[in-house]
Amino acid sequence: MDHLTTEVRWALGGIALLLVVASIYVFALCRLQPDRDRKDLVDRMKTWWVIILLFGCAFLIGKGTLIVLFAFVSFLGLKEYFSLIPARRADRRVLFWAYLAIPVQYYWVWLDWYGMFIVFIPIYMFMLIPSRMILTGVTEGFLRSVGMVHWGLMTTVFSLSHAAALIGLEWHSGARTLPAELYQTGEIPPGPGLLILLIALTQINDVAQYVWGKSLGKRKIAPHVSPGKTVAGFLGGVVTTALLACAVGPWLTLLTREHALIAGLIIGVGGFFGDLSISALKRDLGVKDTSAMLPGHGGIMDRVDSLTFTAPLFFHFVYYLYF
Amino acid sequence: MNRILRALFFLLVVRPIVLIVLGLNVRRPELLPKSGPAIIVANHNSHLDALVLMTLYGTRRLQTVRPVAAADYFLKNKFLAWFSTQILGIIPINRVVTKESKNPLAPIDDALAEGNILILFPEGSRGDPEKLDQFKTGIARIAQHHEEVEITPVFMHGLGKALPRGEALLVPFFCDIFIGPPFRWNGSRAGFMETLTSEMQKLIDEKPKSDW
Repeated sequence: MDHLTTEVRWALGGIALLLVVASIYVFALCRLQPDRDRKDLVDRMKTWWVIILLFGCAFLIGKGTLIVLFAFVSFLGLKEYFSLIPARRADRRVLFWAYLAIPVQYYWVWLDWYGMFIVFIPIYMFMLIPSRMILTGVTEGFLRSVGMVHWGLMTTVFSLSHAAALIGLEWHSGARTLPAELYQTGEIPPGPGLLILLIALTQINDVAQYVWGKSLGKRKIAPHVSPGKTVAGFLGGVVTTALLACAVGPWLTLLTREHALIAGLIIGVGGFFGDLSISALKRDLGVKDTSAMLPGHGGIMDRVDSLTFTAPLFFHFVYYLYF
Repeated sequence: MNRILRALFFLLVVRPIVLIVLGLNVRRPELLPKSGPAIIVANHNSHLDALVLMTLYGTRRLQTVRPVAAADYFLKNKFLAWFSTQILGIIPINRVVTKESKNPLAPIDDALAEGNILILFPEGSRGDPEKLDQFKTGIARIAQHHEEVEITPVFMHGLGKALPRGEALLVPFFCDIFIGPPFRWNGSRAGFMETLTSEMQKLIDEKPKSDW
């Protein structure tokens, strides 16, 4: 518990409270209108409990547990992706090597070895995958296959590992921005606050875009990819997320108010495109959900779709300014 | 002793592999037979097939779930024979029928009489990964002898990718399991095989198109 600031503990408590209130609301809804089928909503709520309890406990235990949990999410995401794509039979062993990238990448995260963390998948795996593929000797469909495998690694492993990498960040005197004094001494690690801010804002952005899109707006923003998304929903979501970031960011993290505002804008826009890129993938493959792992949500990739874009964008924004 | 070993093997080895390394998407689990005598008929692509189907049952009911398997393969040596019959709980049958041998399906009759849930792979062998071979008609003879026993068709997809024939390296893939409505013997062997094939085809048509 000592590694968490009072604000981070309050934020975790707030999320737990939100979950309780939402559950009571769903329960009341089921009681008041017993004739309507709300199985999906109830399932969704139950899954939220599992997700939040798992991550909440990992937060309280510490960095190692959190990294293992993120690595597991990457594994489930990559497995979903590999189960969906039309990979070639000859690539079975190549996919095995791709799975091995997960423990290695998260080991760099654990070591806080930024240089290796940032090049391992874009450079080394980028070459290892085609090299292994060449050894199988099948050239037909080579480009398509090597492209598919690498995109999967970038999305489910490289991108998501950025969220876990936030946890080990430490401010140093050579950074471009001078944060509040208590962060300068190094007594308080800034990572947990940043990670909660990223995850909470990404989630709130998803909800805000949905709610704004439902309540107003007719012009579709990407009718072929996701018919439900409107221009008003997008703008409303981005503004909501940015304002919320501006309000919560400076309290919860070392970000200044202006930087928190920009971070909110980045998460709003990035989350939108991350969500749509997974939607486009699903349309291309002809599936509705990436799997049925999370009752009420769909698959792991359906849940972390926005995060695959917001995590690296947010990480590199704060990394440039503070670390 | 073997009962405990069997329960432990499934709890500590099979379950973690099937549920975490692989992961299952089961469509209509409620259609699985809850008690014997009953027969589950499934497609066969991997050694994992029987283990996955057995995982769908809890540790307690596991004792009555018995895969029917080829004696020439699974009783090859002493250790494998002990492991197959005592730990996996297979019912070995002879694939090669000689004139002297008695009814090769007798062990199946006995197991059904004892109220077991049998797992049968009518393709006979695992064959090419993720490809469905022609069903053999032995299943029709079993159904004819046991008119009252319900037969549940199950189509599994993904295990032939995870661990195909001739490979020792397990690569994680989600496994889709489609369970169809049970049916019974309907009067003729040809008619029965037709029902079985068409029920299985309905399940195959449910899976997404993009694939190997």
